Amino acid sequence: MANMREVVLTRALNEALHEEFKRDDNVFLVGEEVGGVFGVTRGLDRRFGDKRVRCTPISEAAFTGLAVGAAVAGLRPIVEIMYLDFVTVCWDQIANQAAKLRYMSGGILKMPLVIRGQQGNLSREAAQHSQQIEGWCAQVPGLKVVMPATVEDAKGLLKSSIREDNPVIFVEHRGLYGLKGPMPRGEYTTPLGVAKVQREGSDITVVATSVAVQKSLGAAEKLAGQISVEVVDPRTLVPLDTETILASVRKTGRLLVVHDAPVRLGFGAEVVRAVTEEAFDALQAAPRVVGGANLPMPYSSVLEDACIPSEDDITQAIKQVVES
Amino acid sequence: MKPTEQQMKEMLRTMLTIRGFEQTACALYMDNWESGNFLGALHSYEGQEAVATGACACLRDDDYVFSTHRGHGHFIAKGGDVKAMFAELLGKEAGCSRGRGGSMHMFDPEKGLMGGNGIVGGGIPLALGPAFAANYRGTDQVTVSFFGEGASSQGVFHESLNLAALWDLPLIFVCENNRYAVGTPVSQGISVPNVSVRAAGYGCPGVTVDGDDPVAVYEAVSEAVAHARAGNGPSLVEAVTHRYSTHCMVMQEGREQSELDEMNEHDPIPRFEQYLQENGIISADEVQALKGEVSQLIEEAVAFGEDAPFPDPATVADGLWVS
Ligand SMILES: Cc1ncc(C[n+]2csc(CCOP(=O)(O)OP(=O)(O)O)c2C)c(N)n1
Ligand SMILES: [Mg+2]
Repeated sequence: MANMREVVLTRALNEALHEEFKRDDNVFLVGEEVGGVFGVTRGLDRRFGDKRVRCTPISEAAFTGLAVGAAVAGLRPIVEIMYLDFVTVCWDQIANQAAKLRYMSGGILKMPLVIRGQQGNLSREAAQHSQQIEGWCAQVPGLKVVMPATVEDAKGLLKSSIREDNPVIFVEHRGLYGLKGPMPRGEYTTPLGVAKVQREGSDITVVATSVAVQKSLGAAEKLAGQISVEVVDPRTLVPLDTETILASVRKTGRLLVVHDAPVRLGFGAEVVRAVTEEAFDALQAAPRVVGGANLPMPYSSVLEDACIPSEDDITQAIKQVVES
Repeated sequence: MKPTEQQMKEMLRTMLTIRGFEQTACALYMDNWESGNFLGALHSYEGQEAVATGACACLRDDDYVFSTHRGHGHFIAKGGDVKAMFAELLGKEAGCSRGRGGSMHMFDPEKGLMGGNGIVGGGIPLALGPAFAANYRGTDQVTVSFFGEGASSQGVFHESLNLAALWDLPLIFVCENNRYAVGTPVSQGISVPNVSVRAAGYGCPGVTVDGDDPVAVYEAVSEAVAHARAGNGPSLVEAVTHRYSTHCMVMQEGREQSELDEMNEHDPIPRFEQYLQENGIISADEVQALKGEVSQLIEEAVAFGEDAPFPDPATVADGLWVS
């Protein structure tokens, strides 16, 4: 691993931003308290100046709209939403404008836009600061939805997202910000729409996203020697690499999907749909989805813990699917 | 209108209670850091006590208040239960929101407390509702919408001012200009020096007052309340004040030390104490007694919160829908 180094995930994201800012003068970033709060944008303002790193008033609708318009005008905006829960206040810019302008123009306009930020739970910030928005976004045709789960992918996927000519919602999880892991030295990108087998196994396929990948890897490790678990990380929900998922299920014959987002009408249901339609014959057991509760996130720690799948919940579910 | 002497004594009690509550809550937060039972974004109201106190002293129990992420002061000033607040912060079933809401989401509709908000500006359009309902039902209730100067950059602030003025809604917009939105100074967040001038664009009265002086806040808000109760529509009151602590717990202080040092000069509590004493409204002994009562109240409330049981995880879905 001589060509790898250990860094924390925020550092990986930060490097991606620095490199893409350097590579392309058209890249700029708008958001609140940029440089502060979570540290992903640290140092950008000092290095690239306030022409390209703009701290805004608390006006998400205005600055997201500005970014959509700037993308149409040929710049490559990155919008930072402090908590992705706040996409609700600029949802028109995202869902009605960014997602649709190109298509409505008959494919004339281009929308090289990244909207990124963090989401998740664990910090006990209750219902308006603990949501998972990827499902909302994936339901809007026109948006790409990217969710890194490892340090290496965080950097590579963010670089690809910035170079992408279509609107990308880049979903980070604050529970992963402190994650340490190997990252390749030097220039690399990670393509959108290509899943990654994060751990190979032969008894069951666990498809997981974002922080649930790490929890699933933990569960797989716990079960090692007992059950051989393959963990597949789609990395991008849209576009979705169903081929890799289907190949894995054809190999293992069993499927569990895990995510923190509410289970109802969620990404898990979509994966189960794709697998049952395409690889029904390969299934040796009914597929399962383990996801978040269909509830606004409660504040109290004992209640919050009951709403998000834990490593233990995943371990149990794997056993159930394998033993059924 | 000026507050009565009795009102002013109560206002001092309220300010002391808010200060005591926040200082204790911050200490509790640090004590519980490891346990993880009291986390989240605790935004201290320390330094801004005069605003909630002066404004809520103008209100009746049946008037409404919409609060913010920095809402403990509003809750106390409008008569919320301090015991239930501590229980809420500690995530307990006996909390004012049954442990579901936490610091930013405290409710007590019986006292007209319609909740804090995690979305900056989120409460402003909601406040139109009870104001509309008062006109609809023909009552003379008023609604106060508290929000920070940072929130005045949200579109909903502008939409709400316009609608309230257009429909003569009995609503008082109280902007707490504490000069910062997280680390963004007001000069980098707002295109005019004072938020109150926004009112002119929507055709309603707007004033800026010293938000570190509860009497000044009272005078401005009571006038706005009278205006609203008389059916003349909304007003915008900007109270210029100071945020003593960092934006919230866990966040680093970004302001210069020299600026923080100056804060003491603005402390609304000693200033009000002095004013009351110099005008013979309260004696030094009475102030001491008041402080004793307040500390006892806080102490008992913390004990209540700590002893209260956690919610049963099996009841996690309780409260989602009316069954
Ligand atoms: C829509 C939205 N955007 C951003 C935030 C993050 N945030 C929380 S408080 C805050 C600053 C608010 O400033 P202000 O309105 O002046 O209130 P203050 O904190 O000074 O009391 C920000 C940006 C949020 N909670 N909601
Ligand atoms: Mg402020």
